[in-house]
Amino acid sequence: MSAPTLLIRDLRLGFRGYSGLVEVLHGISLHVAKGERVALVGESGSGKSVTARIVLGLLQNLKSARISGRVEFEGRDLSRLSGRERHALRGTRMSMIFQDPTSSLNPVYTIATQFHEVLKRAEPRLDLAGARRRAAVALADVAITEPERVLDSYSFQLSGGMNQRVMIAMALANEPSLLIADEPGTALDVTVQAQTLGLMRDLVARHGTSVLFISHNLGVVREFADRVYVIYKGRIAEQGPTAALFEDPRHPYTRALLSAVPRITGGGIPEIEDASESYFAPLVVHEGYGEPEGVRP
Amino acid sequence: MKRTLSILLRNPLSLLGLVLVGIVVLSAVFADFITPFPAHAGAVVDFANFNKAPEWPYIMGTDLVGRDLFTRIVYAYRISLILGVVVLALAVPVGVAIGLFAGYLGGWTEYLLMRLTDVFLSIPPLVLAMSMMGVLEPTLTNGMIAVTAMWWPWYTRLVYNLARSEKEEGYVLAAEIIGASRLHVMFREILPNCVPSIVTKMTLDLGFVILIASSLSFLGLGVQPPTPDLGSMVADGAKYLPDSWWLTVFPGLAILVAVFGFNLVGDALREVLGAEQ
Repeated sequence: MSAPTLLIRDLRLGFRGYSGLVEVLHGISLHVAKGERVALVGESGSGKSVTARIVLGLLQNLKSARISGRVEFEGRDLSRLSGRERHALRGTRMSMIFQDPTSSLNPVYTIATQFHEVLKRAEPRLDLAGARRRAAVALADVAITEPERVLDSYSFQLSGGMNQRVMIAMALANEPSLLIADEPGTALDVTVQAQTLGLMRDLVARHGTSVLFISHNLGVVREFADRVYVIYKGRIAEQGPTAALFEDPRHPYTRALLSAVPRITGGGIPEIEDASESYFAPLVVHEGYGEPEGVRP
Repeated sequence: MKRTLSILLRNPLSLLGLVLVGIVVLSAVFADFITPFPAHAGAVVDFANFNKAPEWPYIMGTDLVGRDLFTRIVYAYRISLILGVVVLALAVPVGVAIGLFAGYLGGWTEYLLMRLTDVFLSIPPLVLAMSMMGVLEPTLTNGMIAVTAMWWPWYTRLVYNLARSEKEEGYVLAAEIIGASRLHVMFREILPNCVPSIVTKMTLDLGFVILIASSLSFLGLGVQPPTPDLGSMVADGAKYLPDSWWLTVFPGLAILVAVFGFNLVGDALREVLGAEQ
């Protein structure tokens, strides 16, 4: 079996502050196989986004961050790569989509210019005209009907949904093998979010891109992911296939999380315990969905 | 750009500012053509007409050696504007670059650069400039150096704060993730978003630089005679108040017009560019 696209083993992270070391991640392990869509679900502050930043190598340069554990990308240990090699992976082999697409685009440049920057990462000699041609094709892929007009626009002239599609197109432009989606479209309204997520799902399936999908939105996760990891306060609480996890949540925290979703049929906002001892119950793994063994030490 | 201009033209105050700035700049540029006695900008003595109250052809009177005040004021504008532009052309790039490095890189870089900036800011500006001028010879060039030395920290502070807030914007993270270099992020991503604020401050500052330069020469530390300078004209004339009032009033008004004009335009730009963001 070939190495998974992303493999995280016992990842620990602490921040050294004025009041000593603050532990954020207490040893999490997860993997994303090739072409798989995996969701990491949890509440705010549970450590979802920092995990993504470690994978992208953005926290390693931070002096106050204490990181241990192993992160492997396509079988290569990221901590053994030089800064230059890690840098070379970003934007080419792995890319990311954010919560708020509009603020992720620089308001002083046109979409075409920003596409050019992205495409230049993989092909440094690409000129603006060439980038425009490639960008137009990429935009057509995300169902943008007037690519030329969009390419000449600035982010603030486009709608949030449009910007989100542009971001998806940009993130996939260099055919990365891993796409990290950090709460994509949370800042958009639900119908637009649903459309763009549908687009994204089709695209990653076509390109065979692996996706680490970070979200607190269970409805979205259910539609999008093959497998789910539930994270609570820096620990994985439960992991398993999406359908099984939603139908048969076994960890107390997963159950609380599922019951916390307000029903569209009414019945008020559900009351759940703020922090219960039971949420710290040991990891629940659904049968056959544990972490792969026999990984090279 | 066109929109900015049309908004500026519609507001009476900013329109007044534009008119004042226009008068200052145009008279400085075309000084040779609009002044009746261009030679009076230099060392000319005409004792037949000395210390005359305003009368034709001396519309603002003459000074103690008989030179036309109007001519000297217009040429003084030219010197002041050159000084202002040169000072900003030196201070802004330095201040902006230091502010970007400190704001974006953080850590020790930030600590060192910002404490250095604080040191410069903690010295009262005129004292700093005066002590520099005391060491250096009082010439126009040294005056520019002295004013530049007290001016760059304000741009560092401005850009430092802007960079710190822009750094948290999604597009900076997005650029970092596609692997943009730090210099690229600082100068291509963050800097363009700071330009409106920098331009606004520059417009406001042009008036203040003129004011500070005039203060320096009022104290005898700036441009030396016979080069005309608004500050030294006020200083020289002050001894003869209130009898020879034109010696101080007209140069003083000239300073007022320039500073007021640049301030009005700067304020208007701040509103317009601020609203666009």
